[in-house]
Amino acid sequence: MAVPVLELRNVNKSFGPIEVLNDISLKVNAGEVLCLLGDNGAGKSTLIKTLAGVHKPTSGEIFMDGEKVIFERPKDAADRGIATVHQFGGTFPLMSIGRSFFVGVEPTKRIGPFTIFDRKTANATAVKAVQEFGITRIDDGDRLIGGLSGGERQSLAIARAVHFGARVLILDEPTAALGVKQASHVLRIVNEAKKRGLAVIFITHQVMHALAVGDHFAVLIRGKLAANFMKGEKSREEITDLMAGGEDMAELEAQIGGGSEELHSPAHVRASDAE
Amino acid sequence: MSNLSKGSTAPGTSLGRLARSPETGSFIGMIAVYVFFAALGGAVFRGGPGFSSFLNMASEVGIIALPVGLLMIAGELDISVGSVVPASSLTVAIISGHYGAPDIVGILCGLGVGILVGYVNGLLVTRTAIPSLIITIGTMFGVMGLTLGLTILIAGSTGVFIVPGPVTTALLGQSIGGMFQVTIFWWVAFIAVIYYVLHVSPKGNWIFAIGGDRESARNAGIPTQRLTIQLYMLSGFAAAFVGVSQVVAFKSAQVAAGQSFIFNSIMCVVMGGVLLTGGRGSVIGIVFGTLTFAIVNQGIFFTSFTPDVGSIIIGALLLGAVLMNDTFRQMALSYSTKKK
Repeated sequence: MAVPVLELRNVNKSFGPIEVLNDISLKVNAGEVLCLLGDNGAGKSTLIKTLAGVHKPTSGEIFMDGEKVIFERPKDAADRGIATVHQFGGTFPLMSIGRSFFVGVEPTKRIGPFTIFDRKTANATAVKAVQEFGITRIDDGDRLIGGLSGGERQSLAIARAVHFGARVLILDEPTAALGVKQASHVLRIVNEAKKRGLAVIFITHQVMHALAVGDHFAVLIRGKLAANFMKGEKSREEITDLMAGGEDMAELEAQIGGGSEELHSPAHVRASDAE
Repeated sequence: MSNLSKGSTAPGTSLGRLARSPETGSFIGMIAVYVFFAALGGAVFRGGPGFSSFLNMASEVGIIALPVGLLMIAGELDISVGSVVPASSLTVAIISGHYGAPDIVGILCGLGVGILVGYVNGLLVTRTAIPSLIITIGTMFGVMGLTLGLTILIAGSTGVFIVPGPVTTALLGQSIGGMFQVTIFWWVAFIAVIYYVLHVSPKGNWIFAIGGDRESARNAGIPTQRLTIQLYMLSGFAAAFVGVSQVVAFKSAQVAAGQSFIFNSIMCVVMGGVLLTGGRGSVIGIVFGTLTFAIVNQGIFFTSFTPDVGSIIIGALLLGAVLMNDTFRQMALSYSTKKK
């Protein structure tokens, strides 16, 4: 079997006395989508921040290509090819596509003693990169990020990560704020990234989206790895039950008195739980 | 962006590009204000005296407004410029006037005071979580108190005189044709340098990114702390430069001078289309904003209005500018979506 691109072995993370991650072991291979599922507060954000070098694990080890790595800062993880794309994609709404694409790694040319930001190259490269992912509506690198739709922003952010040689793509709830159509665009791009041989870690609490692209699933509950299974091993209902903390969704629904056919998102369950 | 957009291959129409540039609103404002005072101020305002009076004023505020604008684009404020101006003036006056050291020594020390205050500001802003508004108000009062205390201790009064040499005067305090101060040329030099930094060099991209989202900018590998400290040192330097040129021009330095620069510089920047919360703005816009401010401020003396009316106009212009900039920003954002 191939050596996993990224592997966690017995990773723990606590903030003072509060244990957030407890003995997490995970692997993700190239060309594979790992879906990280979990309710709010399950430790998903802490886990991806640990992978991205924002937090250092309290104990446990991280391996890349079988080699032990220690990330002191986010840049270390980025240099190793770990790229995180956040819920709202581009975070600079008032910057142009070309400028924000190259933040921190601006293409330059020299005219005499002056170093010049090469706007033409920046725009052309950014537009080409995102069009290769099938978003052909983006054709003007001078457009502001804030003028793009949520799905376009996500796509641009993913294209950016791939362009800069990302090997592991961490997507933090990319579809959470999107409509059905926009979300399907993003899922298509996730598939495209997978086809190009990237290891993708896809964080979501929408089981439908996870099932659409995932090869491998991990469910986090209160900082512990509650389940770790491959595609086809569990049904949608089973996964939802797991995410709701191992309780039976049907039972919960009966308690609420709704008993509706539609799939409840865990957030709803939690809210009604608290009542 | 004008000289860059010539080589553009972007299919966006010129209307879209116009709406997208942050300086469009401030340009309209400047023209409106000039036409208004040209009509009311008469031939004197339209001639040399009018031009020189507002250009002289614009050059002094403008030199400070440019780096203050860069800071604002990066999401920070600098209030301390108001006390750096008199602090550097008095440093020059005490070293070269009171003690009689060569002019160049006094000038270098004066500029050094500004850079030092900027460094302290930058250090405090990047090392603490206190908003830069509060920090720079704090350093402003600190520098003001130190300036007053040390001046009285050394010179025994709150004003110090200096007789600058001919070269110094020619470089910093000369008037051309008896009207146009040499600082106008220095302002043009500052504009060129700051334009290069923000719009041409890759560092400009970093400044926009820091103002857009500091955390993401840091994660993208931008040395945000170092850049912030450098920007504060630049604004300290610019304020000190104005202080130095004032002491050379007026041949004396007063402890109380300089307070007007705090709000004036911020107003020029905001009228120039810079977003108060950072992430957007342009050097050309700041220049237009500065000229608008100076035209109103000086133009009022050429009309039959009392000068108080000028303050009212500036207040109204400021509000109008912010409203107009918001509108233009919305246009810039929604322009692209309409194209679909």
